[in-house]
Amino acid sequence: MTKALAIETRDLSKRFGEVRANDRISMQIASGSVHGIVGENGAGKSTLLKMLFGLYTPDDGEILVDGESIKFADPAAAMAKGVGMVHQHFMLVEPFTVLENIILGAEGSRNLDEAKDAARVVLLELEKKFGFNLPLDEPVENLAVGVRQRAEILKALYKGAETLILDEPTAVLTPQECDQLFALVELLKGQGKTVLFVTHKLHEIMAVTDDVTVIRAGKVVATRKTTETSAEELAELMVGAKVVREVAREKHKEHKLRLALKSVSCTNDQKQTALKAISLEVYDGEVLGIAGVAGNGQTELLEVITGLRDVSAGSIEMSDVIVNAHGVSTDPISLRCMGMAHVAEDRLKTGVVESMSARDNIMLGYQREPDFSKHGILKLKDIAAKADEYFESQDVRPRNPSLPIGSFSGGNQQKIVIAREIARNPQLMVIGQPTRGVDIGAVTKIHDQITELRNAGKALLVVSADLDELLAISDRIAVMCEGEVIGVMPVEEADERTLGLMMAGQRLDQTANAGSV
Amino acid sequence: MEFLNEIVLLADSTLRIATPLILAGLAGLVAERGGVVDIGLEGKMLAAAFAAAAAAAVTGSPWMGLFAGVGASVALALLHAYVAITQRGNQIVSGMAINIAVAGMAPTLANFWFKKGGQTPLLSGDARFESMTWPFAEELADVPFVGAVYSEIISGHNLITYMAILLVPITAWMLYKTRFGLRLRAVGENPEAVDTAGISVARIRYQAMIIAGILCGLAGTVLSTGLGAGFIRDMSAGKGYLALAAMIFGKWKPVPTLLACLLFGFVDALQGRLQGVELPLIGEIPVQFTIMLPYILTVAILAGFVGKIQAPRASGIPYEKDH
Repeated sequence: MTKALAIETRDLSKRFGEVRANDRISMQIASGSVHGIVGENGAGKSTLLKMLFGLYTPDDGEILVDGESIKFADPAAAMAKGVGMVHQHFMLVEPFTVLENIILGAEGSRNLDEAKDAARVVLLELEKKFGFNLPLDEPVENLAVGVRQRAEILKALYKGAETLILDEPTAVLTPQECDQLFALVELLKGQGKTVLFVTHKLHEIMAVTDDVTVIRAGKVVATRKTTETSAEELAELMVGAKVVREVAREKHKEHKLRLALKSVSCTNDQKQTALKAISLEVYDGEVLGIAGVAGNGQTELLEVITGLRDVSAGSIEMSDVIVNAHGVSTDPISLRCMGMAHVAEDRLKTGVVESMSARDNIMLGYQREPDFSKHGILKLKDIAAKADEYFESQDVRPRNPSLPIGSFSGGNQQKIVIAREIARNPQLMVIGQPTRGVDIGAVTKIHDQITELRNAGKALLVVSADLDELLAISDRIAVMCEGEVIGVMPVEEADERTLGLMMAGQRLDQTANAGSV
Repeated sequence: MEFLNEIVLLADSTLRIATPLILAGLAGLVAERGGVVDIGLEGKMLAAAFAAAAAAAVTGSPWMGLFAGVGASVALALLHAYVAITQRGNQIVSGMAINIAVAGMAPTLANFWFKKGGQTPLLSGDARFESMTWPFAEELADVPFVGAVYSEIISGHNLITYMAILLVPITAWMLYKTRFGLRLRAVGENPEAVDTAGISVARIRYQAMIIAGILCGLAGTVLSTGLGAGFIRDMSAGKGYLALAAMIFGKWKPVPTLLACLLFGFVDALQGRLQGVELPLIGEIPVQFTIMLPYILTVAILAGFVGKIQAPRASGIPYEKDH
């Protein structure tokens, strides 16, 4: 039986300079289905979506909507044909209300009050149909991420979307918000909408889609019925080789306490409480993973540990020395001398200087060391030799340290940063988001390096938004919510569901109860 | 009675002095709400002052002056728009370039055309926007207080001053009650959201710059043909920057910006009145100190009293469209 096609692409291609971002992509999306697109970061998913939504013009090939060949000049043209998109980074104007955001660009009347009144009637109708309950008059900046996403979906529906493109919709959600989203996707499908669900998380594909297309290096490598495939097969197709997610790990023997936080509190840049009496311990020879939805104090935690922010109460001890407490602060240079290394969470903001060469970046923070300078004069030859050495040992590509570091891919930048930070043989590594924006090949390498350091008896604290990653590399996982540590558990006892509930603020004993219901 | 009279006179000159500030402040507000930083207000104002005075001197008509003043300002606004929006250049550099170029060019052209050492000829009464006397102003002038308020503060200003006051609610209405206003505020906050909604970011920003050009042109015109009687070198005297400060103090909102402009105008009027006045205990304040007042106030306000303010988030950032 052949169903009608909502969208079909034929040999769709787009190149940027030498890179073929999309190479003859052909796929068929059945009307009224949920169609998944999976691929690694950088596989070309975003390029494909942007062509479908009229943000990019294809170099070659064609797009058919409801069987009719279409050339989209801009997003307005795509929306006119019933294609709507929810971007990974929401396209919302923060100080505007939900209502204002929804009507922007489709106001109808020139008189704003009339436009709002007319839209409100239509929206209430739509809300009833799709089970939304959004605060239409609340400024978007006051809303939680999950609610913002619903506002985006309602916006697309209001503008007449028959096909909804969801680009990495779960990247910013808690597991519970994800479940709500999945339920909404089901409902949309039930109402006859077509949903294009784009992600790199396989269990989501297995959970919500009817069909799935796998993209690798700009090409379609397979299309499957979801019921006839498995997460393992999709993973293989995505990466192109068998992946082993388990990391070999030796049980640690040493137990020296390396880093201790004792009832640490601090405020954020807006003078609001960011950490509430946090106590944590990191021992030599272990990885302590910190889980949590972004923005629950993880950034401030990294900052107080690495000497970038003062505590307001409590104390932090490293190697039995108080380094940060009321009236005591230690600057990052001194902390480095004590054996702390820091792989910054926001690489481009604090980890590297984007416009400087990779060669100059490998000595940042260590430029005073005798290998790199003498009497304030840089030893350029030694620096170049060291850069070549790092590039070789970390397999950084392209092998050209004189390029600005910003021109390398995220994964290669991260490899350079990690090489720099482990070169001084630190006793404590503090790592924020080790694999954010990093391609899968590099992820494996970075995970291996973290495990090697751990096996060599170093203490590591890793903050990550990726639960799978934490489950793979940590010995213990601490979960943060609203500036508090909700609980700490050995990795053997942790699973995604429990961690997810804790990320939403439920304490361990409560989650145990919830589990028994 | 003497004291009341003093206050009325002070209010009158406050309004006079604040007129170009209000217009330029609104110009800066419209530009920045749309995401374009307009540090070239000063230059546009000066260019408009010169063009208006020159045209009024040649034709004898203030209306031709207004037309020329607004035309010159809009032309410079479009130049700035081309650099900032189409070419995605640095908006501060572009604005400063306009300021410096006009500061040199206006007196040079004035000298070339009128041979009066960089000034335009003194404008006669009918070539200017003269004070408009409202009905019964003279008859009521002697009624205590109410009469003085009516005849000095309400009556007796030039047309452009009345326009400036009216343009405040009009700008607010445009910003908050029209479709254009919604889109304008959106491009100043998150241009990508506007782009993905299918609206051209560049088009909205160009429209904003044209409106800013018109408003700034009015500000310059009133300087040389309303408050003054001809163009003199550097006659904008930092009012463009002061207007920007007032706009920031007014948090990019029309009515608070108006109030900030009135405050600056008031301090300036006060310093004029304080010159040569004997104060009890202190004695006569040296004129150098009184002249400093508005500038000290600016620094104090911007440094300390403004508090945390959120500028339009995309202000000053060129919008790069994917292709």
